[in-house]
Amino acid sequence: MSDTTAPTELRKTALNAVHRAAKSKMVDFGGWDMPVDCCGLIAEHMAVRTAVGVFDVSHMGDIQLRGPGSLAAVQHLCMNDASKLAVGQAHYSAMLYPNGTFVDDVIVHKLSENDYLIVINAGTREKDVQWVRKTIGHMPGVHVNDFSDYYTQLAIQGPRAAETLQKLTSTDLSTIKNYWFTWGQVCGLHNVMIARTGYTGEDGFEIYIPSDEPTSARVWGEVLATGAEFGILACGLGARNTLRLEAAMALYGHEISDTINVLEAGLGRYAKLDKPEFVGRDALLEIQAAGGPKRKLVGLEMIERGIGRDGYPVFSLDGKRLGEITSGSPSPFLKKNIALAYVPVENGALDTELAVEIRGQMVKAKVVPLPFYKRAKKTTLSQHLQLNY
Amino acid sequence: MAYPANYRYTKEHEWIQVDGKIGTVGITDYAQNSLGDIVFVDLPKVGDTVEAGKSFGSVESVKAVSDLFAPVSGAVTAVNEDLKDAPEKINSDANATWLLKVELSDAKQVDGLLTAADYEKFTSEETGH
Repeated sequence: MSDTTAPTELRKTALNAVHRAAKSKMVDFGGWDMPVDCCGLIAEHMAVRTAVGVFDVSHMGDIQLRGPGSLAAVQHLCMNDASKLAVGQAHYSAMLYPNGTFVDDVIVHKLSENDYLIVINAGTREKDVQWVRKTIGHMPGVHVNDFSDYYTQLAIQGPRAAETLQKLTSTDLSTIKNYWFTWGQVCGLHNVMIARTGYTGEDGFEIYIPSDEPTSARVWGEVLATGAEFGILACGLGARNTLRLEAAMALYGHEISDTINVLEAGLGRYAKLDKPEFVGRDALLEIQAAGGPKRKLVGLEMIERGIGRDGYPVFSLDGKRLGEITSGSPSPFLKKNIALAYVPVENGALDTELAVEIRGQMVKAKVVPLPFYKRAKKTTLSQHLQLNY
Repeated sequence: MAYPANYRYTKEHEWIQVDGKIGTVGITDYAQNSLGDIVFVDLPKVGDTVEAGKSFGSVESVKAVSDLFAPVSGAVTAVNEDLKDAPEKINSDANATWLLKVELSDAKQVDGLLTAADYEKFTSEETGH
């Protein structure tokens, strides 16, 4: 009772009641009451790797930049080169602070010549919207809209995601390439944005439907019912985290943050320094000119018994503290204990043996190539063959 | 899931079944369900001593690590070696999957533990149901 701060009301997606009725385990994720475990994390993870899973990712935010000045605004705001995008194409990018660290990582979608949709993380929504308004709000010919609450966003992921979604849409999904999107009819709804994107390292789609509860619940139910023959499972944020970790995709607040710069994070390939200007560019050029970053993100595989987890310190074998794990977990698919960690560049060569301090014990790990898991290209090919059969 | 009436329980979600001087210790069904898929169990060795209310090891799910707390004090007489390769047995039957056996140094400690009814009431309060 001595706590004087008012309890914060957790935010809920339109599917909250559906998740609760399904007895999914719920957690506070960045202020959102979200399912972490729907029917068992490992089963969900394996469903996505071998069949199909569906995630409620409506907590993600959506910022629209519209108007004749929208491309110039995106180019100033984000590090990737949006002038290369065609209408219907998306790419991975990030908004940076002037020092080259992350405001957030984002997916930029080019909706039309003067219209971009930037999909942002849940935990950083308010910060991101404020940053966008502050950074490009003064620029001519661009209007900023926060559409975050207007969509229920479902991610249908896995080698059988296309077959599942194909039964619910008249759009020929085989014509949508990876990181492209279109609009089509889904579950009888018109003009649904269907993007071949995701955060699992698997083939899959993200669909954006109206965020009213009855529509959201109906589509969620139809996806599950339609995917049943392919082995679909409703998946929570627990599986989403282990899936993205195996694929070595960054999570804000872990691998990327306002204290980690793009080059350290190994995401320099998305920072187009040949663009004349964007927020953070000068700092990245300076870091490069000074010989590059001092630390780097590496993949670790535990070679002794133990699970390295977020925040656990990493040492050299002679006992020098090198850095810490940003994300660590057992890998359900690889059946190894894996982690991402920042270490000095000179300690990060492949096969270097390091030690992770796990509850007072030094446990050996070694540096391994990233990503830990990469889907075989033939998965996508066989799927195309099945679809076109 | 019913909690066996012949077991005693802790607020840290361990159970103990006492037979003479030997107590068999596991974690409750409520605990395994909250943890999710269990992938790793770290236990003491036979001959080690454990102390009532103190951590004696840990259990890890994919998501998280949880300390294990000893319901009673005593010397470890057996450790369930099956759990090294098959920790998921705890998920399938927490009531029947024991972690270790302890020779009780003070049998009266058991009287201070929760009964099945107490424990069930405690967990329903914890979840707010």
